[in-house]
Amino acid sequence: MWKNLLDWIEYRIPMMRVANMHAIQYPAPKNMNFWYVFGFLATIVLVNQIVTGIWLTMSYEPSAEGAFASVEYIMRDVEFGWLLRYMHSTGASAFFIVVYLHMFRGMIYGSYQKPRELLWLFGMFIYLALMAEAFMGYVLPWGQMSYWGAQVIVSLFSAIPVIGPDLVIWIQGDYVISGATLNRFFALHVIALPLVIVILVFLHIVALHEVGSNNPDGIEVKRKKGSLTEEEKTKYAMHEYYTNKYDIIDDVVPFFPHIVLKDLIAFSVFLLGFTYVLFFNPELGGYFLEHPNFEIANPLKTPEHIFPVWYFTPFYAILKAVPDKLFGVIAMFAAIICLALLPWFDRSSVRSWRYRSGLHKVNLLVFAAVFIVLGYLGGTPQAPWKVTLSQVCTVMYFAFFALLIIYSKNEKTKPLPARITK
Amino acid sequence: MSNAPVDNNRRRFLTVATSVVGGVGVIGAAVPFIASWNPSERAKAAGADVEVDISKVEPGQLLRVEWRSKPVWIVRRPAETLADLAKHEDQLKDPNSEKDQQPEFARNQYRSLKEEYLVLVGICTHLGCSPQHLKGGAFAEHVQGVPEGFFCPCHGSKFDMAGRVFQSVPAPSNMVVPPYQYVDDNTIIIGSEAEGA
Amino acid sequence: MKKFILTLALLVPGLALAAGSGYHLDKANYDLTDKASLQRGAQLFVNYCLGCHQMQYQRYQRTFEDLGIPFELGQEHLQFTGEKVGDHMTNNMSSDSAAAWFGAPPPDLTLVARVRTADWVYTYLRTFYADDSRPFGVNNKVFPEVGMPHVLQELQGVQSETTEKRLVDGEMKDVYVGLKSDGTGTMSESEYDQAMLDLVNFLVYTGEPSRLESESIGRWVIVFLFILLVLVYLLKKEYWREVH
Repeated sequence: MWKNLLDWIEYRIPMMRVANMHAIQYPAPKNMNFWYVFGFLATIVLVNQIVTGIWLTMSYEPSAEGAFASVEYIMRDVEFGWLLRYMHSTGASAFFIVVYLHMFRGMIYGSYQKPRELLWLFGMFIYLALMAEAFMGYVLPWGQMSYWGAQVIVSLFSAIPVIGPDLVIWIQGDYVISGATLNRFFALHVIALPLVIVILVFLHIVALHEVGSNNPDGIEVKRKKGSLTEEEKTKYAMHEYYTNKYDIIDDVVPFFPHIVLKDLIAFSVFLLGFTYVLFFNPELGGYFLEHPNFEIANPLKTPEHIFPVWYFTPFYAILKAVPDKLFGVIAMFAAIICLALLPWFDRSSVRSWRYRSGLHKVNLLVFAAVFIVLGYLGGTPQAPWKVTLSQVCTVMYFAFFALLIIYSKNEKTKPLPARITK
Repeated sequence: MSNAPVDNNRRRFLTVATSVVGGVGVIGAAVPFIASWNPSERAKAAGADVEVDISKVEPGQLLRVEWRSKPVWIVRRPAETLADLAKHEDQLKDPNSEKDQQPEFARNQYRSLKEEYLVLVGICTHLGCSPQHLKGGAFAEHVQGVPEGFFCPCHGSKFDMAGRVFQSVPAPSNMVVPPYQYVDDNTIIIGSEAEGA
Repeated sequence: MKKFILTLALLVPGLALAAGSGYHLDKANYDLTDKASLQRGAQLFVNYCLGCHQMQYQRYQRTFEDLGIPFELGQEHLQFTGEKVGDHMTNNMSSDSAAAWFGAPPPDLTLVARVRTADWVYTYLRTFYADDSRPFGVNNKVFPEVGMPHVLQELQGVQSETTEKRLVDGEMKDVYVGLKSDGTGTMSESEYDQAMLDLVNFLVYTGEPSRLESESIGRWVIVFLFILLVLVYLLKKEYWREVH
């Protein structure tokens, strides 16, 4: 009976085939460590954002007059409204935490290298869409930081020569940030960008499953057809889509249940941290929810210090470090474009930092440190020594890519193992 | 792969236990989403009890007040109207208010706490229109021999001066009597019953 | 890699020290579970603040419920505005005339403790001092040039700046050491501090009325997640036993 129903469906839509190909019989390297859980966690957070977001729109009022009060209405009058709102606001920060770790994983294990360039690019597009989504979402509570943050970010476009000033007015739909701006950001935040993000995530996963997962050793588990003996091939049943094209070495496990269970452990640990913030410290000292944003937007009074939320501060620091408006904006966007071009900057054939030169390891660690320091500098009040430091860090940020281009071609690497190591 | 035998019992037990605990988690996570659809504090505050001064209502007059965004009628029925109620009971669907459309205290011929004052939610039990109050013989056009009553213009349902539905109309039941109480002779609170009533 | 995480862990607390302010803020040791303190704070609020400041997002009913005040008692002693217990804690001052009297309309106080922090509010309420150059004759240490009169003067009395002769860079100078009340208030200094702590407690409560509920749910969620973690971990180990 159950079998008949499944057969009936399978004949009409490839349900089991997709499940087998992409989960039950998908070969995943067995040595994927904790760095490999953040993609799964990002997906979970995306679902959280979509579901809580839908629920928040049920009580939110997208207008300059009603937005702030409607958020307090959600926080006080709607049953469990505070929980839904904190899930959404904490989720926004959590999203960037897991995405930054996910990206750094790609960098240390060379997951962007051939043949995963498109996979990396789709990831970068997700990251860009996510930044736009987060920025517009932050405007919606219509607090002081919402308003003035929007003011600063939208003004960036005025740096564009010739069309800049008109472009800003067009984006705002008014001569200042206003209700019209709020309404269009609301529409983009709840419909347009989530749709774009979901489609990009789908493409990201399609691209991943086509080329297969990388691993901490950076060596392929899919070998040329006919190059392995029966003894060397995996004993798990893998989908014929992969086995017809390749010989799969005995260093893989099926994605389901093995990798899923690993991911679920990470998920439980992640939830412990997430719910701690959610229930006990949703503002996280003003980093996840900034204090001035509990005051309604006032176009006549700028808060003492304006900072973007923490996940934008590294790029904000680069913007502030450059003393010229136009070049500041260019530097900021260049910082993101450089990341997107990593697959072409890195000319080494060895992926993982385990088998690459000491110079490369140092370069990566310094880059991570510089990124964190820039984040600190972009999120604290201006001071003379900070300007100098952020200029140094900005140069170091770009130096990472410049050095990589130079040394990666003739880099002294260690020999790769034939098989995945424990 | 090792040659160690797979312990199926342990595996099955752990799978079931994890699924059950995970299922509890999913249900728990669903609670706030479901609960958030309940009336909010704003809706409850707007739907709070309404105090009505009835000292100015003249005999035969109908006073409309709003309670939970619904029209509530307060009708002061003269003695002859009350006397008429008994005359057409054979034409009613539920003359004794057996269906649960009123607080216990209004399960009587007058469907009210005090005979004189009828308190009704002014909404037809068919599809939610608000019926018209026809009096001075105008209602006889719809039900012969009954001079006064409520007539719903939407689908022609008819009710008498106690909100009781007539036979062969689309409305299935008598009109709803809201919970209410008298604070004193001139003041009614709509929305709650007196304790112990 | 481990070093990297360690660096992260060391850097994050450093970030939190970012924001600074001029005047030293006293720590407000408020306690949201202390209902008596919250009730006293609510009483101070409706008597001294609500005349000018509103709480347009906070309802009387919710306040009474959360503070354990019976509705009838609350309506009699705490609710001077609005008709129904479900109304918001607002006043009838028009913002135009308020702006004319004080230079700016008095801000809504529902969320003031979240905007300014509890310590700021606690210090602010205790650092009004006599200053003849100001329109109401008082100034404030944490909010210089504030447009608000010292409405709690009858409780605290009038404070003035005190100085001490101290050696600064080899010279004797008058150094500001604090504020001292003239004792004309009805409360002693410690009574006044306690009263302000009650008021701050109430303002912290109204900033986030769901705080206590949140924490009590949170404890259960965390216990639950530990159980889930153990189970998932055992299940994962069970499946990975065969992988070498």
